[in-house]
Amino acid sequence: MEWIMAIAVGVLFMIGVYLILSKSLLRVILGTSLLTHGVHLLLLTMAGLKRGAAPVLGGGSESYADPLPQALILTSIVISFGITALYFVLAYRAYQTRGTDEIDGSDTDGKEAGS
Amino acid sequence: MNNLLVLPVLLPMAIAVFLMFFRKNIRLQRVLGVIGGIANVVIAGVIVHRVRTGGIQTLELGGWAPPYGIVFVADMFAALLVLAASVTGLAVLIYSFASIGREREEHYYYTSFHFLLVGVYGSFLTGDIFNLFVFFEVMLISSYALITLGGSKKQMREAPKYLLVNILSSTLFVAAVAYLYAAVGTLNMAHLSQRIAEAGQGGVLNVIAVLFLIVFSLKAGLFLFFWLPSAYGAPPFAVRALFGGLLTKVGLYAIVRTFTLIFPNDPSFTHAWIAGMAAATMILGGIGAAAYRDIPRILNYNVLIGVGFVAFGLATGTRDGMDGVVFYMLHDILSKGLMFVLGGMLIAAAGSDKLDRMGGLIRSRPGLGWMFFILALALTGIPPLSGFAGKVLIVRGGLEDGMVTLSLVALASSLLTLYSLIKIFREAFWGTEPEPEAAAEMLASGESDDRQPPRAESGRGKQTTLASASAVLLLLFVIGIGLAANGVHGFAAQAGATLDNPGLYIEAVLKE
Repeated sequence: MEWIMAIAVGVLFMIGVYLILSKSLLRVILGTSLLTHGVHLLLLTMAGLKRGAAPVLGGGSESYADPLPQALILTSIVISFGITALYFVLAYRAYQTRGTDEIDGSDTDGKEAGS
Repeated sequence: MNNLLVLPVLLPMAIAVFLMFFRKNIRLQRVLGVIGGIANVVIAGVIVHRVRTGGIQTLELGGWAPPYGIVFVADMFAALLVLAASVTGLAVLIYSFASIGREREEHYYYTSFHFLLVGVYGSFLTGDIFNLFVFFEVMLISSYALITLGGSKKQMREAPKYLLVNILSSTLFVAAVAYLYAAVGTLNMAHLSQRIAEAGQGGVLNVIAVLFLIVFSLKAGLFLFFWLPSAYGAPPFAVRALFGGLLTKVGLYAIVRTFTLIFPNDPSFTHAWIAGMAAATMILGGIGAAAYRDIPRILNYNVLIGVGFVAFGLATGTRDGMDGVVFYMLHDILSKGLMFVLGGMLIAAAGSDKLDRMGGLIRSRPGLGWMFFILALALTGIPPLSGFAGKVLIVRGGLEDGMVTLSLVALASSLLTLYSLIKIFREAFWGTEPEPEAAAEMLASGESDDRQPPRAESGRGKQTTLASASAVLLLLFVIGIGLAANGVHGFAAQAGATLDNPGLYIEAVLKE
């Protein structure tokens, strides 16, 4: 089971890196969110994908899935969600201020800041 | 009452949350900030004293025993860094009053400021690798807010790149934690150290170590610093002082902590990498500092030289090198904060950030001039000042370990530091004042992004006093550490002993 996940993580990383290397800021942001997907999947996979009940006591199960990586992923998802939201707004503002969507492009005359 | 350990994190966090509700009340924000800053210095001082007398202090959050809960650990290294960071934080806060401008102050500047301090203190004190990641993010997200606040064109150009680099390194951090958890099955640093020592570091653990090195080097500006010189040129100088004084040092602290505690077992592999990266950082930083003729670039490249120096001390792996790392990081936090405060004052006084456009300032601002001169000597490492003892210890460690070439590179980088800073001193403070029409022309063309925002002439004297007060506060520490080097070395040696022998740390945390 782990090897399928490893391939999926690899593909997500590959596409993420490809998108990050592109010029447009929007594609860069999409790239970073694919990368974070990849890394969360990696966290889940690396802890082992054994069969077991969901980590909720009371089901009377023999074995449970490891709860620790799930907590880590939950934390990391929230953090990357916050950063992605900030990044989108920043990209929009940068587009307004600079008049270009290119991450390293020369500025054209955009609308004045705050308009 | 070990709950003291969580106070450096709790206090600025409480202030930050409280200040969110009083966005327009700038007087309250300032007063509360200064009170909190002084309280934090006192708390950090008490922690240092406790560690001095009682050994390594630990706090098990929620009462859960160490490998299972999160634990806060203050060894001497962390305690000293918290103390230095809180002094620098207080001074930069006072400098912010003078330089940041009402517009920014009303838009949650102080809230972001305090959250950044939360992240910095938390990173120093935590004993859990994933908790370190979270505190890194607290610090970084605050730094995103501070680097974009104001929304000038330059900031909008640099901020997306800064965000991208840090998101990338944070993603790699999570990946590295995932691999580490898969390899040894724990997240507590002391427990990690124990298990890695048992498993024998090599093969996959060395790969994970290098991954951590890449992650923290991206944050600290160790060799992977391509983003730093331009990103640190974007925000206002008070923010730069905070970044240059604290952010890169947190990355460095993480490198030192990781490679003395978690991965110290295969130095011929990992420490050789660090040594090479340190040499490259010092050489490239020195070249950059010597090459440029605008003040922000020179100062930014000087930050890199300091980072390279600390990494070199770590790479020596000797006892002297470790003491030197502690000593030099203390000096570096304070003096890099001071460097940006003085740089900001200098540019405000000259009205330009280009060396060619200034001169003769010693007549109008003699205090500023001589403070800058003393700082230049301190950063170079001239004996009575703070940079000397750290550099001597690090270079002695390097020579003990037979790293002659690297020691020479380190000494040469000191020379370039001196050259670059004296270049500023000579051209800005000596000579003749520039033609007024040249300055006016430059103002009109808006060439300089580093001009202070225009403000009423009446408030100007008070603001200069505030800025000078913060510079004097830092300068007193820079001189004091140098004069009291013998006493400070006692503290640094206690910290170095823990870094040199991870067993002490493990014993204190896991209580075996």
